[in-house]
Amino acid sequence: MKNEQEDSNRRKFLKFGLLAGGATIAGLALQQKLLGDSPDTSGKKVKVLTAEGKLMDVDSSLVTHHAAEEAELTESQIREGIAGRKFVMVIDLARCANERKCVEGCQKMHNTLPPIEYIKVKRMQDAELTAPYWFPQPCYHCDNPPCTKVCPVDATFKRSDGIVAVESDRCIGCKFCMAACPYSARSFNFGRPEQVEFNEKHPMGDDNCCSTKSSTVGTVSKCDFCPGSAVKGELPACVTECPNGTIFFGDENEDTVSNGEETFRLKELLTSRAGYRQFEELGTKPRVYYLPPVKRQFPFEEAKEVHNKEE
Amino acid sequence: MSEHKINTEPTTYETFTQEEYMVMKDELLRPVQHIGKWGKVWIGFLVAVCMCGIYAYYIQETKSKYVTVALRDYTMWGVYISNFVFFVALSLIGVLMSAVLKLTNFEWYRPLSRIAEVIAVAAIMLAGVSIVAAMGRPDRLHFLFLHGRIQSPIVWDIIVIMTYIATSMILLFIPLIPSLSTCKNHLHNKPKWQMKMYAWMSFGWEGTAEQWKILKRSIGILTIMVIPLGVSIHTVTAWLFATTLRAEWDSTNFGAYFVSGAFLLGVAGMIVAVFVIRKSYNLENYLTPMHFDKLGRALVLMSFIYIYFNINEYLVPAYKMSGLHANHLLDLFTGEDSTLYWSVVFFGMFVPAIFPLFKPMRKPLPLTIIAVVVVIAAWFKRYLIVIPGLSHPYLPIQDVPDSWRHYSPSLVEMTIVAATFAAMMLIVTLFSRFFPIISVWEVAEGKLEGKDEIINYK
Repeated sequence: MKNEQEDSNRRKFLKFGLLAGGATIAGLALQQKLLGDSPDTSGKKVKVLTAEGKLMDVDSSLVTHHAAEEAELTESQIREGIAGRKFVMVIDLARCANERKCVEGCQKMHNTLPPIEYIKVKRMQDAELTAPYWFPQPCYHCDNPPCTKVCPVDATFKRSDGIVAVESDRCIGCKFCMAACPYSARSFNFGRPEQVEFNEKHPMGDDNCCSTKSSTVGTVSKCDFCPGSAVKGELPACVTECPNGTIFFGDENEDTVSNGEETFRLKELLTSRAGYRQFEELGTKPRVYYLPPVKRQFPFEEAKEVHNKEE
Repeated sequence: MSEHKINTEPTTYETFTQEEYMVMKDELLRPVQHIGKWGKVWIGFLVAVCMCGIYAYYIQETKSKYVTVALRDYTMWGVYISNFVFFVALSLIGVLMSAVLKLTNFEWYRPLSRIAEVIAVAAIMLAGVSIVAAMGRPDRLHFLFLHGRIQSPIVWDIIVIMTYIATSMILLFIPLIPSLSTCKNHLHNKPKWQMKMYAWMSFGWEGTAEQWKILKRSIGILTIMVIPLGVSIHTVTAWLFATTLRAEWDSTNFGAYFVSGAFLLGVAGMIVAVFVIRKSYNLENYLTPMHFDKLGRALVLMSFIYIYFNINEYLVPAYKMSGLHANHLLDLFTGEDSTLYWSVVFFGMFVPAIFPLFKPMRKPLPLTIIAVVVVIAAWFKRYLIVIPGLSHPYLPIQDVPDSWRHYSPSLVEMTIVAATFAAMMLIVTLFSRFFPIISVWEVAEGKLEGKDEIINYK
């Protein structure tokens, strides 16, 4: 119980401290206050990450909060992105056990029903003699996105924070972006009756993070890196839902990625663990990196059930 | 392809009398003057199919597309898109059968040019209809003009197709002006509005020397313009596919491959159209076995060109069998789609390349049968270009319902496709019932100039 509590605290902090302008430490003030007596301590401890990458407990009153938790995305943020950020994802293939919690979390977050999956978990095997592995695959939010190039109406676009977003009020449903995406990461809302009914019952509320409406029939939607969560300083649903901490999310500018429990320096992690990007030869420059499935935490197990059988 | 011997022999057709001209006029105006019972049944049938298509579209747009249409996330482009490619290809018929032949002085183009132009205009319009049917949000069509991005190949395609429609319509209309005047003067017992339409549309044509001069010059300029435009529309249509990173479309060969296929389809389509018009309107004196002979030879030439591009498109990557292409190529050669693939190779390329080499096969009926086979194969060829590759992407398709993995068009989709065909034929039929489908003056001019290749051919 206690452990859980701690865990949750730590997660809260990490969500807070690492993402989307969550918390900024006023370095000097902090030092002074830590050294001297502080008259107005709140008694509430908050963990912060120092520049050296160490965690320490400080009083919450010492931390300047900005970008409040209630923050909502402004009109310009939806198209232009969150200033000063450069979102990045790292997926550690050694940790994925195909528990599909990321898929379910994503579906819950985006109000989609199976078989629509913005993040998929695929069984991959590169060659006959090499070992199979599980491969979580979201949208790669490429830096040279083939999908945004072909959009005739600028309904899908690259934002300054690295996210490739879709504006569902603009999309004309030509599906050219889906044809252009070599990773098949995009999904089309064909108006599946169960899905339409579900969206009517569960309209997108404030608790959902989507900047783009995935419920608009006749338009394209896909993984959007949950920018609504990012602006509040929270991690995307697939990251927080994964029981094994497979998916790391962070900011390339801050050089940190976190799965909610562990935090790494992005460059260090990618160099020490030989990170790579899928189909580098296509020149799409994905913002999602993979760590090879070596020294696995679990032995590979074939899937026991077939998912998404239902039409 | 032209036979030089012909002109050296003396003929009785070096010129013709006023009487003969009147006979010709009467014969060519007959389909406009009188619509028989079967003519009406045919129009009624086409209208009925079009209505079914409109109803199917109504169902598609009002009910859930997940239910009415077989498209899913992987095969998100289906028969609407392949049908679009087919119609764009068919519209190149105007370029080949009227412009290219005209500019290279193949005199036998004369009775064919208007037929080709009408089919071209009808086909390109229905290409547009197919695209709208494929759109998820047709209500946002105007966004293309409000928010259009010039960087998108779709916008290039819209620009060239619009230009091609405009040019083809003007090119259809300008040679029609003298014919309109002929209609006005020679048709009788027609409703008043129809006669008024002829009078209004002929813009006071009197046939003065200066009017003829302007007419000929405008036709000359448009004929030259329409060739690069026609090549552009189909090349840009090929680029809709070739500008993506997908293995099945990732080809530098694609534009030329599409254009050569369009020319083959154009010749085949022309043969079918000429046969039907010749039989149903009794125009045997104008659409002669010579035309079938020439079109048969053109079919062979176009087939070999198309085979050449197909070898480049499929055999060269197949020789390398790179990991990225293997998935798609093996599906076509030995996999699920192999029966269709090899049928199209046989009926769509081998048959038109070999059979018309033999003279009896270039007679009207056998050649028309071959042409029908080629047209059907050409439609499936576009299907094979668009769809099988989509269901074989780079990353494997896993954990999806069966309908997501295998695409087969729904009833609604096939009805709409059938309706586009009916609508194309309806446009051509109605045109031929209001305007002479063979240009009276162009044929007459050909005879007057002593270019009697048309008449003299045995």
